[in-house]
Parts: sequence; C-alpha cells; structure tokens
Amino acid sequence: MKNNVNREIPDQILKDHNYEGFKTVDFGNPEIQRVAPKVTAQVGPSKVVESIKKVVSETVKDGMTISFHHHFREGDFVFNMVMREIIDAGYKDLTLAPSSLTNVMNDIVVEAIQKGTVTNITSSGMRGSLGDAVSHGALKNPVIFRSHGGRARAIEEGAVKIDVAFLGVPNADEMGNANGMNGDAAFGSLGYALIDAQFANKVVLVTDSLMPYPNTPASIKQTQVDYVVKVDKVGDPDKIGSGATRFTKDPKELQIAEMVNDVITHSPYFKDGFSFQTGSGGAALAVTRFLRNSMIENQIKASFALGGITKPTVDLLNEGLVGRIMDVQDFDKGAASSMKNDANQQEIDASWYADPANKGAMVDKLDVSILSALEIDTKFNVNVMSGSDGVIRGAIGGHQDAATSKLTIISAPLVRGRIATIVPDVTTVITPGDSIDVLVTEVGIAINPKRQDLVDTLSKVPGLPIFTIEELQQKAEKLVGKAQPLQFTDRVVALAEYRDGTLIDVIKEVKD
Amino acid sequence: MEIKKTAMAGTLESSDLQIMLSQGTKGIEFDLTSDVAKQFGDDIKATIKAVLDAFGIDNVLVKVVDKGALTPVIKARAITAAQRALDIADQPQWEVL
Repeated sequence: MKNNVNREIPDQILKDHNYEGFKTVDFGNPEIQRVAPKVTAQVGPSKVVESIKKVVSETVKDGMTISFHHHFREGDFVFNMVMREIIDAGYKDLTLAPSSLTNVMNDIVVEAIQKGTVTNITSSGMRGSLGDAVSHGALKNPVIFRSHGGRARAIEEGAVKIDVAFLGVPNADEMGNANGMNGDAAFGSLGYALIDAQFANKVVLVTDSLMPYPNTPASIKQTQVDYVVKVDKVGDPDKIGSGATRFTKDPKELQIAEMVNDVITHSPYFKDGFSFQTGSGGAALAVTRFLRNSMIENQIKASFALGGITKPTVDLLNEGLVGRIMDVQDFDKGAASSMKNDANQQEIDASWYADPANKGAMVDKLDVSILSALEIDTKFNVNVMSGSDGVIRGAIGGHQDAATSKLTIISAPLVRGRIATIVPDVTTVITPGDSIDVLVTEVGIAINPKRQDLVDTLSKVPGLPIFTIEELQQKAEKLVGKAQPLQFTDRVVALAEYRDGTLIDVIKEVKD
Repeated sequence: MEIKKTAMAGTLESSDLQIMLSQGTKGIEFDLTSDVAKQFGDDIKATIKAVLDAFGIDNVLVKVVDKGALTPVIKARAITAAQRALDIADQPQWEVL
C-alpha cells in the first residue's frame, strides 16, 4: 500500500509485523490499555551483586528483550561490559531495545549480530559501522526505529516488552535509589532510562559509585530495581558530553540562525510566556544566542524550554529569560551539572516529554521547535535517518515529537558539499511534511503552503527572502547538478514508525 | 595524444578534488574515490573526460580523489592537471579554456 506520505509499504511487511500505514499527524483521543511489569518481591537489606556476569546469568534467557539507555553517549562503558558477558555466555535470539545506539556501541552490536546473539533491534537510530552493516543486510529481521516519544508509547502499550533493563547510573545506593546528577560520570537527566525502570520486568543498575542509603534525589527508586552491580567505571566523563559549548563562527550557520530568529520573533507565537525547543547543532545553538537578545529587547520571557538541553539554554534560565527547563537529556557538562542546583531545571521522562498516547505530553504545549534535517523534500517531508548514499546514519530522536509544535522550523543549509539538502523526494520519510511549517536556509526561507497565516505574516518582514520550496530545491540542484538515483534491493532492512506506531517508511538494503 | 609526464592538481580539502594524470595505454582509465560516487560518479568522469578530450589526451590513467567538488572546480583542476601533464602550463591552450 501507499501511505499518506506517498511511500510504498510492502503489504507483506504490514501483515508480518502487524502494522498500519501512516495516515495523519493527529493522534486523536483513543483509549489505550497499558501494560504493567512483573514484580519479584524482595525484602532483603541489599540488592548488590558482585558481578555483571552473575546478574546476567540470573536474569537473561534466550529470546529475551534487553534494554539500555544512551545518556552516557560516546563515553558509555556499561553497554560494552554487559554485552560482552552476554555474547561470551552464548545467548541467542535476543532483542536489543536501547533508547538509542551511539558509536561506541557499534562494534559489539555488529559482533552480537554475527554470532546470533542479537536477532532483533529497536532503537531511535544508529550510525557508523552498525548502520552500514544493517544497511547491507546483516540483520535477518528489520530494525524498528522509533522516536523517543514513540518508544515510550510502545513500551507502555506492550509493543516492546523489556525483560531485563541494564541501566548505567553515576550513583546508586544498595537498594537502587539513583540519579544522573552526581558522581564522576554524571550526565544530568535520566529521562529515557526512567521508562525502562518503570516497565522492565527486571531492572539492573550498574554504577561505579555506591552511596550511603538512602541516596537522594532518587530519579530511579528502589521500588523499581532488582539488582545493583558495582563496577570500576561506568563511563568516560570527557566523552559523555562536550565541555564548553563553542559558538559557531561559520557565516552560513550564523546567517541561518539569524533568519530562524527573524521567523520566530515575527511569528504570532513570540509573546510573553512562549515555549521553545532547540537542538544541539551549531545553528541551533546560535539561534539561542540571537533569541536571547530579541527576548531582552522586546521584554519577552519564555515559560519553558524543552527537550535536550545545552549550556546556552541554562544561561537563559539563570538570567530569568526562561521560567523552567523541562529536561529529558543534557548535551553538555554545563547543562548536566546545573540540574542538581536548580529546582527550575526539571527532569522529565520520555513519556512526559513526547509520548502521544498520554494524558498530555509536553510537546503538545510547545510553541516553537527548531529542528535539523539531512534532507527535506518539496512536500516538506524530512529525513534524519539515511545518508546521501542511502546508508542508515542517524536517529529519529525527538524529531517527530517536537515537530508537532505550533511553529516547527527546519534549519538546514541549501547544500552540504555536493549533496543537496532540499530534494524532490527524501530518501526516507521520518517526519511528515504536515508537521513542518517553515524551512530556513542561508539563501532564504520557504513556508509550508498549508500555513497561509504564516505566509501573510512573514511576507511583511523586511529583508527576509521568501521562496517556494520548489524554488529552493531548484537552486540547490543548479548548484550541485542532478544526482543519480540511489540503488536499493527489494529487501527491507528497517522500519520507521511514526510516533503513533504506524509505519511512515521502510528502509531497503543498499546495492553497491 | 599521450601525456609527457605525471602531473597532479587540487587538494584533499572538502569541496575540492585531487586529480593525478599518469601514463596510460588503454584509453582514458579512471580510478575514482568519492563519497558521492553513487550520485555523481558518472558526472565527475564525464566532466574530466570532456576536458581531456579538449586537450586531445586519449591515453591516460586518471586517479581522482573527490571531496564533493562542484562541477566548475572539477573542470578547473582537470585543466590544470592536463596542462601540467602536457608541459604547457607556461603556454596555456587558450582555445581549450
């Protein structure tokens, strides 16, 4: 069948994996039955086990679903320690269901696939050698990609049933009270891991810092935890988040950032009490700086900033320009270390952040979001998953979720090297054009024709060049030439879910 | 025509292209490395071949390392390499340019 973003989804895939094709960005008000985890009661004085090996042998069985979080990012030691034990013990047919996969996890996942330890994967994304292996058909079953909100939904409704969650934490007490804010390997918000702690049948905390009982503040609570394992080091602090945030000097990024700021400040949403989410890229960080000046000039304060947090956003909080930071993860040390000192920087879990199957997620209250794109097409559909060669090299993250904001801005250069960013059709649709409002490039902006109100408002802004998205696409093509279409086989290697659990696209094996 | 000596032009900076021309016997032979080979490989070869044809070079080994260069850059690097290979860099063939 063809879904509502005009993607051909093989009927066999829909049937085999029990999916419907993507229809609409409106989630509606369905009644949803959630699942609950199995709880093994215990009354002992301590849950500390001496080794990962022991806890693996007590909890993991062939065919199970195991999960991890990615808050340690490229500084993660826990994933490799646990997977090493699991591979060496000879387990088979496991489903790997981490919140996402970072580069430091690639090699061991590829090994686990080759040895038959892992036969299914669901994740926010993947890149590097793992993305390459999957795109070349290494895994028998297709990978399922979900947004952060979509993952929370899938876990809550039981589409993903986690048997054992291995959660690395920079501190914990003997009963499993833990947070992400203290310790050598502190990373700030535990946002994505909180869902696993709540819904996994077995929860194993791995920490390098055993604290006196009771350890507070407790983001993960002893009521949720089965085992605590002490190891030497859970992560490399230097690789968990970048240190000082460096503002871009790239004139192209600054030009884009300034224009994004023009769009925001001239939109009807820029008023006292507005809310926003920015990413962590160079242009997004620069937007925060321009936005700060505009807020001071116009005496406008934001009620909250949402999502993945960086130091520049924390600075806005400290200056009183932002009332609250609703923090699902922290991208740098400044953001990670400020949470424990400021009650206005609130840790939120992935469900609260972005789950559509909820009694209300924060993204539903979001006015402005600034997102990036590998590709955007003339229907405003966005690809953040497959690279210009068709190989998987990205992650959905919160892209689909934050794109439901009232004003969703994609900031992207017209071309990157010889690759056009604006194309007739994206390689993989991840976020549907229906939820994108404005595209900002260094040469000008394009407004989704569905937003005539924005066309009317922004047309009056002096010095803001407005094009149709077709015009921008043609400008890009004139610069780089017409690309030859990528070649794929018929075999589906990955499924991309929309946040509501329908299929928005499939990714096929690349032909080399 | 064959070239007189091995010659090179360009750098490995992003958006540039490095081209090396050396003695060949079996027509114009390409050895192309590019991140965008799937989308633009044929285009890059056609651009370079057009330059070589204009200089009348028909037996040459062309080693190309492309870093996402746009067509005018590819053309400029190819012209420079061809002039150096033919030892005519001091007396450019203006009609070819």
